[in-house]
Amino acid sequence: MLAFIVRRLIGTVAVVFAITLLVFLIFFHTPGVDPARQLAGRNPNPDTIKLIRHQYGLDRPLPVQYVILMKKLFISRDLTSYSNQGLKVVPAIAAAAPVTLSLVFGAAVIWVIVAIAMGLAAAVLRGTVWDPILMVLALIGISMPVFWLGEMANLIIQSRYHDSFLFSWIPPLGYTPLTSDPWMWFKQLLVPWLVLSVLYIGLYARVLRNSLLETESEDYVRTARAKGISERRVLLRHMLRTSMITFVSLFGLDLGVLIGGGALLAEVVFGLPGVGLLTYKSLTSLDLPVIMATVVYGAIFIVIASALVDVAYAYLDPRVRLA
Amino acid sequence: MSDVAALEQPIAPLPEEGIGSGAVAGRSPWELAARRLLRNRVAMAALGLFVLIVLVSLAAPLYAEHIAHTDPFVPNLNGTTEVDGKQVPIMQQGGGALKLGVTPIGPTWHSNFFLGADNQGRDVMARVLYGGRSSLLIGIGSALICGLVAVIVGLLAGFFGGLTDTVLSRTLDVIWAFPVYLLAISIATVLITQGLSVGPFSISASSLWLPTLIIAVVYVPYVARPVRGSVLSVREKEFIDAAIAQGASNTRLMLSEILPNVISVVIVLLPLMIATTILTESALSFLTIGVQPPQASWGTVISDGQQLLYTRPWVAIAPGIMIVLTVLSLNVLGDGIRDALDPRAKRRIGRKAKA
Repeated sequence: MLAFIVRRLIGTVAVVFAITLLVFLIFFHTPGVDPARQLAGRNPNPDTIKLIRHQYGLDRPLPVQYVILMKKLFISRDLTSYSNQGLKVVPAIAAAAPVTLSLVFGAAVIWVIVAIAMGLAAAVLRGTVWDPILMVLALIGISMPVFWLGEMANLIIQSRYHDSFLFSWIPPLGYTPLTSDPWMWFKQLLVPWLVLSVLYIGLYARVLRNSLLETESEDYVRTARAKGISERRVLLRHMLRTSMITFVSLFGLDLGVLIGGGALLAEVVFGLPGVGLLTYKSLTSLDLPVIMATVVYGAIFIVIASALVDVAYAYLDPRVRLA
Repeated sequence: MSDVAALEQPIAPLPEEGIGSGAVAGRSPWELAARRLLRNRVAMAALGLFVLIVLVSLAAPLYAEHIAHTDPFVPNLNGTTEVDGKQVPIMQQGGGALKLGVTPIGPTWHSNFFLGADNQGRDVMARVLYGGRSSLLIGIGSALICGLVAVIVGLLAGFFGGLTDTVLSRTLDVIWAFPVYLLAISIATVLITQGLSVGPFSISASSLWLPTLIIAVVYVPYVARPVRGSVLSVREKEFIDAAIAQGASNTRLMLSEILPNVISVVIVLLPLMIATTILTESALSFLTIGVQPPQASWGTVISDGQQLLYTRPWVAIAPGIMIVLTVLSLNVLGDGIRDALDPRAKRRIGRKAKA
């Protein structure tokens, strides 16, 4: 186990290095693009450009440039926004992170529960009309762009039917910290949670159903049935447990991707001031330092999350460890 | 999905059409797969829907010129249009909840401004149709480019192994570890102001090629990895040894021995890839870093509609419905193609199919 962790750790460090290098190359050495002009914002004057060229050491050799950038990102953490002078990027990300975490974890709870219920129902009801109905619903969920679904939810809940008894309790768009008013926090995040979870409910319900149908004909399931174990116990204890292996490893990765920046579109539509909204606001003003920092931090978070998933996986399943 | 039973029936005797009289023609796996696909009614309906959407989008200029009589790329803030025999301004004073400012005309449900106008007084229906051209072009184009690059990379890495494989696979690993949206956003923000120029080639910032290439690059690992995997397993087969013994060159081994045996991996993935790339394009355009004005795509129209959401919701609803229908039809078709190319996937259930 220890050997596995060490191996995985080395791999993670290598990937993190490669990703920062890739970001560096994309932002600073895309052919035909002058990074200083980019970093200076939309309509820069020549002095700013000159200053930036010096600050980022763009007049010096490549490895030095890379080191300067990494120092600004991780050690001195003094990368500042260009459209909003004085905004330190790294602290801004740290301040926005709780919003993103609230959004993603809430959605994750919903999608896990609903997807397991849907997947189980579809597998149990195979041969009836419900199985295809559930799977078509799942497919529709996969096919909807999340930002559009969010807009439609806003249209119905915030505008058209806001005054009906169904939705009048839903507060206007925005975010209230959990620590200051938990009930308000819940009410404002409920719709974003549901919207964000739709795609994953669809994906996971399909994966779970197919995996359950595959386990159905494993020898140990036959044995369990032959022993006279109740159908319910066979389903939950023998089949679902095995099928959860794929489910759990997918879940770890998707959670990481969402926290690392995948929740961007949902945050934009619902005006939640998380890391994604920070990125989006910088996209519209092409505020490169902010975009670069959110991308690097997000990507690193995801790489580490996936390493943790692998370690957990190896702990649960010895076959992975030895491979 | 409901046609699983039909798929699992033994292949019926061939009908008259398609084969020479009398002689018993051999049926290639491709022919068998095509037959299975044709018999899958759900998949065929999905294909029909997709083709319909493509045709309707291609007809956008015809619609704009002959039905809507407008140019959907020119702002039309002072124009008027005829509704029920009366001339009505396109930008109306004091619409909306606050009775302030101007609001574009809502859906007329007639040939002019069928779905109303957007913030600049442009015909939304015509823009949705034109947007379909860009979205489909980018979606299909980037899926094809991605597939092509992935096949080349997967073939080289899997066939040569050794150093080639290490370099290519590690590069893929890094791109794969980089979340798709973050990578696409990074590349797009860098290129969106100044375009791309490599040597003699240059792509302007407003060109549709830019989002196409960005999306294609981002998804290469997702296709190249499975291709490489099946190249590795095909390479060990006896017919490859036989071909080597006959003195076949590396190029020949790759192109005529291995490629035909791994191409099905890409074909199965292609419709799903197009579905994914269309969704990615719409997201990038929604974030203002995909298709650039004056071009329209479904994502940019939704983005235009965001400000008008509560007063003129159809601007955002219509392109979203087009995306959902397109992506849904591609997903269903993709399932159908997978079942057709690998009918045993369903029957394999029962044996432990461990790789």
